[in-house]
Amino acid sequence: MIGRPGSAATTAAVAAAVAAAVVLALAAAPLVLAPYAVTVLTRILVFALLAMSLDLLVGITGLPSLGHGAYFGAGAYAAGWVTLHASPSGPVALLVALTAGGLVAAAAGCVAVRARGIFFLMLTLAIGEIVQQLAESWHEVTGGSNGLYGIPAARVGGAALVGDQAVHWWVLAVAATAAAGLWLLASSPFGHALRGIRDNEARMRALGYRVYGYKLAAFVVAGAVAGLAGGLLSAQQRLVTPAELGLGTSIPALLAVTIGGAGTLWGACVGAAVVVLVRDHLGASLGGHGSLLLGAVFVAVVYLLPGGAARALSMPRRRG
Amino acid sequence: MPAWLDTHLVSVLNGLAIGFLLFILAVGLSLVFGMMDVLNLAHGVLFLTGGYMAWAIAGEHPSWLGFAGALAAAAVVGSLAGVGLSLATERLARRSHLDQALLTLGLALIAADALSVMFGDDVHAVGPPPGLDGSVSILGSAYPVYRLAIIAVGAALAAAVHRIVERTALGALVRATVADRQMVSAVGIDDRRVRVAVFGIGSLLAAVAGALGAPIYGVRPGLDATVLVLALVVVVIGGLGSVRGALVGALVIGQIETLGRSLLSDLASFVLFGALALVLVVRPHGLFGDPSGTRS
Repeated sequence: MIGRPGSAATTAAVAAAVAAAVVLALAAAPLVLAPYAVTVLTRILVFALLAMSLDLLVGITGLPSLGHGAYFGAGAYAAGWVTLHASPSGPVALLVALTAGGLVAAAAGCVAVRARGIFFLMLTLAIGEIVQQLAESWHEVTGGSNGLYGIPAARVGGAALVGDQAVHWWVLAVAATAAAGLWLLASSPFGHALRGIRDNEARMRALGYRVYGYKLAAFVVAGAVAGLAGGLLSAQQRLVTPAELGLGTSIPALLAVTIGGAGTLWGACVGAAVVVLVRDHLGASLGGHGSLLLGAVFVAVVYLLPGGAARALSMPRRRG
Repeated sequence: MPAWLDTHLVSVLNGLAIGFLLFILAVGLSLVFGMMDVLNLAHGVLFLTGGYMAWAIAGEHPSWLGFAGALAAAAVVGSLAGVGLSLATERLARRSHLDQALLTLGLALIAADALSVMFGDDVHAVGPPPGLDGSVSILGSAYPVYRLAIIAVGAALAAAVHRIVERTALGALVRATVADRQMVSAVGIDDRRVRVAVFGIGSLLAAVAGALGAPIYGVRPGLDATVLVLALVVVVIGGLGSVRGALVGALVIGQIETLGRSLLSDLASFVLFGALALVLVVRPHGLFGDPSGTRS
């Protein structure tokens, strides 16, 4: 995992250059693409940020979560509610979304990170669905099954985010910053400790690491970033429904991480693009069978691409 | 005061009915996990399939023949699906548990989409068979007979499953496999057929629970996720691989669901989460689970 200093620095420089080129290309995209394609690209960006936050849990910490939609949805609802009822400011809404995602994740994480492996998967799934039921039944705040609608355009720097291009650039700026933050976190000593816990929890505990604290911190950070992605969703769609919280979000997010190869962060972005294109475009052109296609992709990935999410659980030996 | 008693009696009975239904659903999930570490995320779809069988064969006003036919069809389809799932996950036996869970999740997505293509996206109501569609008076309040029947059938099935697992050679093998899989294969027992059988029977029970539950829950897309979560909570609370745990967990969750919904209708989900959190903090392996393997 740790190469020679020279090669590691070169790799990091190449990665940074590639990332910068990708961000520049994404920034230039609205100037050449049709409006609909821009909306799709924006949706991919939001989903990619969600998938990256999940990869921090699944790939880097080894905690396979099937309830990550809950924190995404919590952020989306919080941002939507604040924009509707309190302040139209875009940054304020995102800050609230980040906090909401982190808080809900902290409450759920206290319980969930006590479990490991497949138990963690079960617990996060159950908690995620419970949060979704809450969103459906708590009419006063969430609007019940209708959701929050008529959310006004967020305002950034005095101007309202109207039009696909403005929204795209706002989402890109925030998502790129958050992605850089996640990457820094993953390559910090904290990130290395998380990888250590994934590969050999007992040894990390013997070395004196407080494993519970590290796992909880990773869960809260992942939840907060997912909440931020939810805030971006609310700014883009200006509509938040209970569907954002449930398995309808959690499953594609986990699939994106699985496709991309867990633990790389950039792989999750590629996976997110594949998932959004398959579900929303291929699915729509085949008469709305998005979930059928997702299921088929899931089965194919599990059979044909071992080692993606498999590393996250019990196969530390696969790493070189 | 009598009114208070009445509402609570009805609620307790509802909780019992839902609890026994949950037991029929969850026991298969628990045993499959306990025996082969496969978390079958398609379990909710099996329940929903049973429900659609009830709607398609028995209809809104079923005859006894129709209802029995629906139960039989659910049993056949459920056990075939279980054998299929067992073979599909067996191919991944050397891979991580997460891969197996993801495989069942993918198959569940495909099956749920196929169901909505075949039966549409509408909410369907299914009636109880004749004779069970009325209500009886219990302490002065009317109570649907069908729910009482569910309690009886559920209790009988629970007793049967318990007897099979505790008193037969097959059950002993199941318990031994849950407790120590390596030892079972080390003494020369080929447990592959047992695993297919347990997967098949567990899935059969899930589909039958769906058909039995159709007159209570109705049938609709999305019901699969709802019942899957309830079954997972039951299994986590009760302890994995434990029949007794699944029964106690199911009855507890049945009461919590109905009491929670009647006391605080909006925030009932919190109560469910609270119960889950409480059990996990006090007994991390569930009420009847134990860290090194589970007993029934």
